[in-house]
Amino acid sequence: MMKRDECLKVLARHVADTDIVLPVYSAAFDWIDIRPHPLNYLSHGAMGLASSHALGLALGRPDRRIIVLDGDGSLLMNLGSLVTIAAAAPPNLFHFVCHNGTYEANGGHPIPNQKVDFSGLARSSGYAHTFDFNELASFEQQVGHVIGLPGPVFATLHVERSRPLTYNYPALYAADKRRALKAELSKR
Amino acid sequence: MQQGVSADIRTPEGFLRGSSIIAEIKASRIEFVLSVPDITTSEGLLHPLSQGSAPRLIRVCKEDEGVGICAGLSYTGRRSLLLIQQTGLLDSINAVRGVAVEYALPICMMVGLLEKEPGIPPRQSKRYGVRIVEPILDAMCIAYREIEEEADVAKIRPAIDDAYAQSRPVVLLIGRRPS
Repeated sequence: MMKRDECLKVLARHVADTDIVLPVYSAAFDWIDIRPHPLNYLSHGAMGLASSHALGLALGRPDRRIIVLDGDGSLLMNLGSLVTIAAAAPPNLFHFVCHNGTYEANGGHPIPNQKVDFSGLARSSGYAHTFDFNELASFEQQVGHVIGLPGPVFATLHVERSRPLTYNYPALYAADKRRALKAELSKR
Repeated sequence: MQQGVSADIRTPEGFLRGSSIIAEIKASRIEFVLSVPDITTSEGLLHPLSQGSAPRLIRVCKEDEGVGICAGLSYTGRRSLLLIQQTGLLDSINAVRGVAVEYALPICMMVGLLEKEPGIPPRQSKRYGVRIVEPILDAMCIAYREIEEEADVAKIRPAIDDAYAQSRPVVLLIGRRPS
């Protein structure tokens, strides 16, 4: 088991200035502290849709890496997106899911099945590469390779429930962040 | 004589061509069509679109996925159209609410009205599932156009251009099976 924020700090060292990152819920609050950047795509409008927004970005901007930091509860709401992404096969899409077994941002309730094999689902859906990481040292050693592969790539990060977070959603979803994202993308 | 020629090429009432709709979709600079199959538009639109290379057809598993994909594409400046059935629109209302309306994004939806009686306005349909569509769109402050006759096809491009110019959603309601 790993700590989510430690994983994300490791990942951030490999994220380029041109990469677009879509973090959700608890991962988003960790991520915006770790990598504050206009190319953080934070407003997904409905739970579960981050991977779908990511596919749109990946199709529209094949010149950039698109990195999704999904949650297990979120992905369960949009499992079909695994099939859609695999069929569209964008080589620039990298899909991480933080698997802690809970709807952490919604009261810490358990997801319906703790043992769901997300990487197995992604593999059978047709993702080009899938990974599972339980140890930070292993993740640290391989993450550069993982986000250098041709996508779509999927990785499950087995993480602990995190410390209590302050969920400041109005700040996370603020319109000025969306405007900054659009402005940054329009620079080409 | 000229009048006679016009009359010869005029499309009779109660007729809608899939090829005309597809021509307008292309003229609207739509590069991607996201779709869950819809029986109203299956033969006239989805099958022909699946035969061509442009716009690119992306088959999605569920309609709200398509809302998210259209949103991501809109940030990259690429135009897209979500081709679905009204049952899928109803299933996706929360995504449409959050992504299209609250975030003011140009999500363009072409929606086949399953079981709508040709020639009957949607609000007057005997089918509950058809009758409620426009009042729901009104309640959500989403613009819509009825596409029922060949003459209505001319509404498509201005509606899509307006959605992108104003950054807001639009729904094109297909009221009969296009040929």
